[in-house]
Amino acid sequence: MIPRIYIPGDSGALALGAEKVAKAIAKELADRGIEAKIVRNGSRGAYFLEPMVEVATANGRVAYGPVKPSDVKSLFDCGFLTGGHHKRWLGAPDKIPFLAKQTRLTFARCGINDPLSLDAYKSLGGLKGLQNAVAMAPADIVKQVTESGLRGRGGAGFPTGIKWKTVLDTAGDRKYIVCNADEGDSATFADRMIMEGDPFVLIEGMAIAGIATGATKGFVYIRSEYPHAVATMNKAVEVARKAGVLGVNVLGSPNTFDMEIRVGAGAYVCGEETSLLNSLEGKRGVVRAKPPLPAIQGLFGKPTVINNVISLASVPIIMDKGAAFYKDYGMGRSRGTIPIQIAGNVKHGGLFEAAFGMTLGEIVDDIGGGTASGRPVKAVQVGGPLGAYFPRALFDTPFDYEAFAAKDGLIGHAGITVFDDTADMLKQARFAMEFCAIESCGKCTPCRIGSTRGVETIDRLAAGIEPEKNLALVTDLCNTMKFGSLCALGGFTPYPVMSSITHFPEDFKPAPTRVAAE
Amino acid sequence: MTMQLASTEIASRTAAIVQEMKGLEGPLLPILHGIQEEFGHVPQEALPVIADGLNLSRAEVYGVVTFYHDFRARPAGRHVLKLCQAEACQSMGSDAVAAKFKQLLGIGFHETTRDGSVTLEPVYCLGLCACSPSAMLDGEVIGRLDDEKIEEIAAEVRS
Repeated sequence: MIPRIYIPGDSGALALGAEKVAKAIAKELADRGIEAKIVRNGSRGAYFLEPMVEVATANGRVAYGPVKPSDVKSLFDCGFLTGGHHKRWLGAPDKIPFLAKQTRLTFARCGINDPLSLDAYKSLGGLKGLQNAVAMAPADIVKQVTESGLRGRGGAGFPTGIKWKTVLDTAGDRKYIVCNADEGDSATFADRMIMEGDPFVLIEGMAIAGIATGATKGFVYIRSEYPHAVATMNKAVEVARKAGVLGVNVLGSPNTFDMEIRVGAGAYVCGEETSLLNSLEGKRGVVRAKPPLPAIQGLFGKPTVINNVISLASVPIIMDKGAAFYKDYGMGRSRGTIPIQIAGNVKHGGLFEAAFGMTLGEIVDDIGGGTASGRPVKAVQVGGPLGAYFPRALFDTPFDYEAFAAKDGLIGHAGITVFDDTADMLKQARFAMEFCAIESCGKCTPCRIGSTRGVETIDRLAAGIEPEKNLALVTDLCNTMKFGSLCALGGFTPYPVMSSITHFPEDFKPAPTRVAAE
Repeated sequence: MTMQLASTEIASRTAAIVQEMKGLEGPLLPILHGIQEEFGHVPQEALPVIADGLNLSRAEVYGVVTFYHDFRARPAGRHVLKLCQAEACQSMGSDAVAAKFKQLLGIGFHETTRDGSVTLEPVYCLGLCACSPSAMLDGEVIGRLDDEKIEEIAAEVRS
């Protein structure tokens, strides 16, 4: 048997030098005259260990990481092709604590094999959900997804099955499945990882959604900042078409479903579903007022399911193992698993899929291992740029949609950014307003103008000008934005601003030294 | 880069792109990406051709082009360096990274060096949030920027 070496092609791993490692390994193989197959897999998501190289041995996979090009020679000297010991030796990848502690349902296959090998996908349980779905009545598929308790993983947490039912029940000569892959929130990379590491699970999920609702065409709208994901998805769609997973007879059934990959153009607001639909139609990515709901009048005015990547990628396992299996994980009204993305100033950054219910403290301290800088954790922002900053005092909050809402925060797309004690929360609050001003689509006044006035008012606070008055003004402005904006951009920008003011008031106290220091 | 394309040349190449893609559902964004790939920016001269091909007004096309951050009105430098300035990278010192690049290259964000070698831009998230601070150089991703990598990149783009 020729040895197989797995080197991730995921952009996170590439950013950490995986390409150089791959070249060094290929060169070393050639120099030593060893025949081996290099497989470019996705990432398993333990980015603190990337580039993580794995070899298939007689006793299973053995991982090494983080591997630098300069390690390659010594890896060969230590006999890494048969799992030999080396300072980068990690043992069996699924025994690495960060990975072993996870509950991988949606990400079960991500990072294990060549993402474009449909055979590898099938060998690990792929397409079973779609096979079940083609034999079922649409209403039964929708029922199963509803019963699983799956809620929109993009951030809003709306029950996926209910959305599907509306589309199924709405008559239309043409219906669409739109996948929102405009993952613009800082600290989130779950969508990117799936698209680069296990693209077929998304394709399978979309095909199931199509069969369940009577939609025959799907679009994946991927942000332009993800060129690798775009390339992988395009190739995967091609493979799926050739294999009959997509096309006029999905898996040989009478169902038709095909899809296209579309690329965004750098507008954060296009992650908002109605603005994404406008963008797909070739218009300015301006938010639409609701109603009408996209489920009734969506893309090109037709009934449209618009779901996040992770929502759709979670459907195949539900259709494979059943609603009860999935629903068994989680807490309260948050069922199943959630891929938590641990990011920022953290020692063990990466993707951690787990059932809902872990506390924020467990995630940051136990799993994340505290800050990368070694300094105390000051704040963690949960849910991206529109999410609240949580202080250590709220670390007992369980990861659950309702529990976070009760603490004036949100889970969002489940990204967590850790900040150490050097963070200046006034600066973070100002950035939230500034970002909203840069990215506002301009349709509604509270967002378009409120964000700019917010930056100016926080600047006056920082300069120590009438602090009490300006603090009251920011609070009032946040209230207007929260209740007066059309979408979550203007409506949720107050979360990071107000949580900074509420939990870190000392950073907003007049401090003449602050002005001098800057 | 210095060679100026004739407006007739732009019009004919634009028309070919429009013709190729106009059958897509919602063809405008794919067309604009195609044009930017062809010319390195979206030239003014292309707009009436697109409007004509898709039966839109020039104002509608102009409105779409200017809405999206990606579409450039002028060509960029030979290299495009995008520095992530979003929260996860902020927590790892992206401010200092940006300051260092600005100093080394002598330009600010949204500017191109005078010799046309590099354009510097902020970007809000590359999805490399567990490898912060991060950047993208001509489509290649780079994580965990430190002084050594910064100086290496600055030297590479200026050479």
